[in-house]
Amino acid sequence: MKFLRGGAWLPPTVFGAGALGLWELVLWLTDPEGFVLPRPSEIAIALGENVSEVWMASRVTGFIILSGLAGGVVLGAVAALVVIRFRTANETLTPLAVAINAIPIIALAPLFNNWLGITSPRSNQAVVVLLVFFPVFINTARGLSEVDDEQIELMQSYAASDWRIMRTVRIPNALPFFFTALRLVASLAVIAAIVVEYFGGRQDTLGNIITQNAQFTRYDVAWAAVVAGSIIGIALYFAALIVERLATGRYARATAEA
Amino acid sequence: MAQDLVLEIAGLEKTFNPGRSNAVTAISDLYLAVRPREFVSIIGPSGCGKSTLLRLVGGLIEPTAGELSVNGRSAQEARLGRDYGMVFQAAGLLDWRTAIRNVELPLELMGWSKLRRRKRAKEMLELVDLGGFASHYPAELSGGMQQRVSIARALSFEPSLLLMDEPFGALDEMTREYMQTELLKIWRETATTVIFITHSIPEAVFLSTRVAVMSPRPARIAAELPIDLPERTPQTRDTEEFFRDVSLVRRTLRSVEGQ
Repeated sequence: MKFLRGGAWLPPTVFGAGALGLWELVLWLTDPEGFVLPRPSEIAIALGENVSEVWMASRVTGFIILSGLAGGVVLGAVAALVVIRFRTANETLTPLAVAINAIPIIALAPLFNNWLGITSPRSNQAVVVLLVFFPVFINTARGLSEVDDEQIELMQSYAASDWRIMRTVRIPNALPFFFTALRLVASLAVIAAIVVEYFGGRQDTLGNIITQNAQFTRYDVAWAAVVAGSIIGIALYFAALIVERLATGRYARATAEA
Repeated sequence: MAQDLVLEIAGLEKTFNPGRSNAVTAISDLYLAVRPREFVSIIGPSGCGKSTLLRLVGGLIEPTAGELSVNGRSAQEARLGRDYGMVFQAAGLLDWRTAIRNVELPLELMGWSKLRRRKRAKEMLELVDLGGFASHYPAELSGGMQQRVSIARALSFEPSLLLMDEPFGALDEMTREYMQTELLKIWRETATTVIFITHSIPEAVFLSTRVAVMSPRPARIAAELPIDLPERTPQTRDTEEFFRDVSLVRRTLRSVEGQ
């Protein structure tokens, strides 16, 4: 896999290291009040000192992210299939999905906490599921419907059933759309899960570490939790990329090279 | 209806949006009969309903009125009985399938075993001179090659009727003439009956045993011209007989359009 080979890693790594170095250097030279923006080295030290707390919180928040992501992705994909397959479902479900998407869902987190219990993971999961659902639904539905008429007519000329056309033409056609959405929502889920934690609930979460430490001006520790969240986000992004490559296989490379 | 006809059409009519203000009669009072092993080209002014006719024959849309029978059955029955191989202007290959797996597609739908369909698909790719490209993806093939895969796919299950809708319309002139020669070779080898939609007069003359000229909308078959060329090779295009038939079709087309 190309993106796992050394060459592709080099430019972003050099750029990232350069940016961190510059950040460190500028703060070291100007030496502002330390609590405004900690240096990367200070964040690294804070991460080291609080590693077990951040690790435990990453597991709690990570569970919310993964379960919410899985739920939203499955619901979004299934809804797209249903909507494309059944016309009446399209006429009722699509406006409903659009309406749900128009709601500022993260802003509803306190209400979800009331409905589902503030310490229960259910309210956090519900917010992540709702946020993840829409991009997956819209993208997948588009991939399922954007098929050449002639390909459908061809399948009909072979007397293929609607489900067969779905399996053989529509679903493979929708895969790239689906995976684009998956990469998008991978990071969206991280943001959603952490922001929901700002509104209270369990103490041992990344969101809580950030709010608590920011309140007491321990910015380096807050940043350490942000770094943990970023790592989860990046890991999920690459996981999505790997699944995509496995699913589309040599075809993706053939089209990329052609 | 006579059993020895592959296709028999009588008094066919197709009106889109019937009974509404935007109703359009695309085809009206159309008659056509095609015998086995014929190669019939249908030519006419653009937008005259050629593609509509092909879709009616293929059972993809329903006629408003008239009779249409394929091997003595209705178009729907024939479609469900897989009597048709269809080739469109766009090759319509599935991008994520290799050439050979595209050819296998109809065989897969017909429940052929993997071994059997692989063997047949290989033969078909060799028939269209693409034996060496079995594991290439459509994106790795030229337009002409893609269209050959599409033809191989259409012929793979030996349909009794090959329906072609301007299959070479998107190809450049050189590729087009090459494909025409290839198609004739395949037609002779497979003993298929072909209905070929085109708006190119030389193409219709070069390929066909008979050219059916369509009138402007609402379309009917205004004239049928048998084409009797002594041989059909690339050199045929420079012969007097060829020019004579081309100009005959052209004059017919012109008089039909003028009506």
